[in-house]
Amino acid sequence: MTNHWIDLKNADVILAMGGNPASNHPVSMKWINRARAKGAKLICVDPRFSQTAAKADFYAPLRSGTDIAFLGGMIKYILDNDLYFKEYVVNYTNASFLVNPEYKGPAELDGLFSGFDAKTKKYDKATWTFQMDEVTGVALRDVTLQDPNCVFQLLKKHYARYTPEMVVDITGTPMEKLMEVYKLYGATGKPDRVGTECYAMGWTQHTVGTQNIRAMTIIQLLLGNIGMAGGGINALRGEANVQGSTDYGLLFHILPGYNPTPNASWPDLATYIDKNTPKTKEPQSVNWWSNRNKYITSYLKAIYGDAATKENDFGYSWLPKTDVGQNASWLMIFDKMLKGDFEGFFAWGQNPACSGANSNKTRQAMTKLKWLVNVNLWDNETGSFWRGPGMNPKDIPTEVFMLPCCSSVEKEGSISNSGRLAQWRYKAVEPPGQAMPDAEIMNELYFKVKELYKKEGGAYPDPIMNLTWNYGERDAAGKVKHVDIHTVAKEINGYFLEDVYDTKVEPPKLIGKKGALVTSFPSLQADGSTSSGCWIYCNSYILKDGKEVNMMQRRGKDDPTGLGLYPGWAWTWPVNRKIIYNRASVDLNGQPWDPKRPLLKWNATKINPLTKTPGVWEGDVVDGAGGPAGSPTGKLPFIMKPDGIASIFGSGMVEGPFPEHYEALECPLEVNSMSKQRVNPTIKIFGDKMDASFSCDARFPFVCTTYRVSEHWQTGVMTRHCSWLLEMQPQNFVEMSVELAKELKIDNGETVIVSSGRGEIKTVAMVSERFKPFKIAGSTVHQVGIPWHFGWQFPEDGSGYDSVNLLTPNVGDANTMIPESKAFMVNVRKA
Amino acid sequence: MGVSRRDFIKLSGGTVLVASLGVNLNPAKAYAKELRIKNAKQTTTVCPYCSVGCGILVYAENGKVINTEGDPDHPISEGTLCAKGSSLMQMANSDTRITKPMYREPGGAAWKEVEWDWALDRIARLVKDARDKSFMTTKKAKVKEKQPDGTEIEVEKELVVNRTDAIAHVGSAAMDNEECYLMQKLVRSWGLVHIEHQARI
Repeated sequence: MTNHWIDLKNADVILAMGGNPASNHPVSMKWINRARAKGAKLICVDPRFSQTAAKADFYAPLRSGTDIAFLGGMIKYILDNDLYFKEYVVNYTNASFLVNPEYKGPAELDGLFSGFDAKTKKYDKATWTFQMDEVTGVALRDVTLQDPNCVFQLLKKHYARYTPEMVVDITGTPMEKLMEVYKLYGATGKPDRVGTECYAMGWTQHTVGTQNIRAMTIIQLLLGNIGMAGGGINALRGEANVQGSTDYGLLFHILPGYNPTPNASWPDLATYIDKNTPKTKEPQSVNWWSNRNKYITSYLKAIYGDAATKENDFGYSWLPKTDVGQNASWLMIFDKMLKGDFEGFFAWGQNPACSGANSNKTRQAMTKLKWLVNVNLWDNETGSFWRGPGMNPKDIPTEVFMLPCCSSVEKEGSISNSGRLAQWRYKAVEPPGQAMPDAEIMNELYFKVKELYKKEGGAYPDPIMNLTWNYGERDAAGKVKHVDIHTVAKEINGYFLEDVYDTKVEPPKLIGKKGALVTSFPSLQADGSTSSGCWIYCNSYILKDGKEVNMMQRRGKDDPTGLGLYPGWAWTWPVNRKIIYNRASVDLNGQPWDPKRPLLKWNATKINPLTKTPGVWEGDVVDGAGGPAGSPTGKLPFIMKPDGIASIFGSGMVEGPFPEHYEALECPLEVNSMSKQRVNPTIKIFGDKMDASFSCDARFPFVCTTYRVSEHWQTGVMTRHCSWLLEMQPQNFVEMSVELAKELKIDNGETVIVSSGRGEIKTVAMVSERFKPFKIAGSTVHQVGIPWHFGWQFPEDGSGYDSVNLLTPNVGDANTMIPESKAFMVNVRKA
Repeated sequence: MGVSRRDFIKLSGGTVLVASLGVNLNPAKAYAKELRIKNAKQTTTVCPYCSVGCGILVYAENGKVINTEGDPDHPISEGTLCAKGSSLMQMANSDTRITKPMYREPGGAAWKEVEWDWALDRIARLVKDARDKSFMTTKKAKVKEKQPDGTEIEVEKELVVNRTDAIAHVGSAAMDNEECYLMQKLVRSWGLVHIEHQARI
């Protein structure tokens, strides 16, 4: 989330699209309803009349997978009716930038952008660039937004094709409902009106997932809603700590703190830093990533300690390197696993046999492993894959370990919620039986593997031998007896490893004493004199008045701004900033666009206690340094962007600088009404027999989506074992319209079979008014939906039925490779 | 006047405060005295399900969780919880949890209980064997190289990779931040690059 949960109360309009907060983040409705009590409107756009829809002031249906058409139409509506916030758009976005005249978009190239190579399915982005001023080195601009090559005019041209008629033909949304949503949301472009957006997997799990979110981001930028209290674009994350686990780099492409993982073409630290440090000549840009050198060096010092020296490049070579351009993401892992490429596999606190797309492929892939380690609170479909449906244990050579770990009340540590709020959890009881905290299991494995290398030697032991692991008292053999989790939290925050001085002032001023916890990341250094395991969490465990303070444990209840920031409650990354890009909430003079909800305000006369000069920011922790953008020392608000402003034209995307509507890989249409290009041209299609997909195929005539219910969670491992929850939602179902049920002669409650090109499941028909047939391109299209919380392993009698992910396709978003579980084709028949 | 049940309980400890309220709190005091949680140790936690981050009070007695309920001091949830958060006690006390390491041998038809040390020794051995057999310090790759005349040509080079492609890891968003940090540190020290978790799906 750019903003945070309580901030929903500050909105005038809340758009729930791509997410269903009432079911999946129920307590968030408290804040949505508090906004509504003050007159705010909740709009829900969803293929299904969800629980959020039931609470909404306005509901509009759309066919799964057509969000870009819907949002593209809204962009056109905002532009046609001059509803955009001009001062914001001109000053804080790249709308005025002049684009390379050679750039061409889908309006000219029938669905493609300039530079497409059909053979490699990749774009050469040479024309997705800006015209640069040869003297100043910054992009040429037309602040009147009239130049035909400026981003604003190209945006207009791009979305001119997204007429209301075209949109309803694609989405199936009734025209009057579409226009009502546009009108309601479009009205938030005024400085004192704020709209926010809540999305979840309903937007990410598509082959155009990233562009769904970008389309909404463009809307939010046009309306001046980013950085504002009550605004932003808010990913409602699905798991208690999926924000944290992402922050800490448990993904193939990032190290902790969003530093890219090294690849083989960056042989040394200098090259790594050079290739990953954006350069800018824009004098007003903070360009925060220019600090990359400090963050990566401090990370290396944290993990390798004294072994990391200037002479050995701080141990950079010990980090594993991917091949150039290698994608080692989820779908690729299981594709390789099926081919027998892996000997061993850790499924740690996760149930891939039910959670990933195309579970038949996942489950078959696991039969090719030599060994599998499953760490969980319960047995699950992953640990027991070898005894699952269709498996013959005798034929499966995999050695499987099932290790019991602790629940969240049997250990202590922090988790980060969707609003980046890191809160500490305490240990209430000992774990049952021999269950161990995950950290203890890791501790054991670390020392056992290291011991083997010590005794026997082996392949390149350096990264293992040089890893720091100073987490508590050691036994006679040198092994850490038990991990003191506070020592880990402090390593993450980071230490001054030497006395560190600010040498920019005369005489140099001491910033931190050797051995002290670093106060916050502006103090991190690139010369090895500081450590920090994850720079964005630097400031979470600090030294205050000579005492070490765990900021994540705080329980202060003050809300000085009245906006619900609660700066004394736990701790939010970065540096306890509650709303990201908050400098965009003020004008060029630092005064709030919306005086009713002043998130930030520049006080020009008050003396800054640090610099002893006049001028301080009041309110939230300001994004970056410097005064308001209109002042001589002023800085632009989008500090993580090299040019300091937000990208309406986003050349970082794989499939184009503007979001374009493409159909899902599996869809009911033979042609895309928008262009000749039916699907996202840059997606990876796995072509093997277990990767089948079927579009416009009479065998699979219905659109299907997956979703969640309030009473269960994810694959259900943590809820199917709770009898209260299982009683409320005992088994899986397929929800369908009354019209479709009638057509198929299926009764409510009847057992049915749902099938796709990849598998089939037995389940219960739930006939409801919540789905309605869509009118798409003149034909009737039916959509059904199935929750994904169930699996064969528990309840043990199979009464819950198996996972819907046996049906979903293993095709991913072109940028992220998140699977397209929200739009695929199925058939439903009587069992 | 708004007095939450938690305030009642807090207040009932101090008679002066109770008197100053000017209301008769005797029934509430009696209720608090009889609470099942009167001898329990109270700790706070955060819900392990969705990402709202609701606060939960956990009451434990004799090493067992005897009650969980919404934390009224929590600024986001203000004491409220959904169906899942309200069931936290059942999650912790579930009698279907695994409580001992289990092992299934190749071709085996059943789980068997094993000792931690045996399981961890075996896993460490398997990790080391897979790693040693497969470890690549360098790998040949075609890279574009700038020539003195400014043109680029593709050349084959031996590039340092220092990794193993024989082991993959997924998980976990269910762990604490500190554990996630340790996890990535550990598996990267072994040379893994196939590291993923829930965020990707």
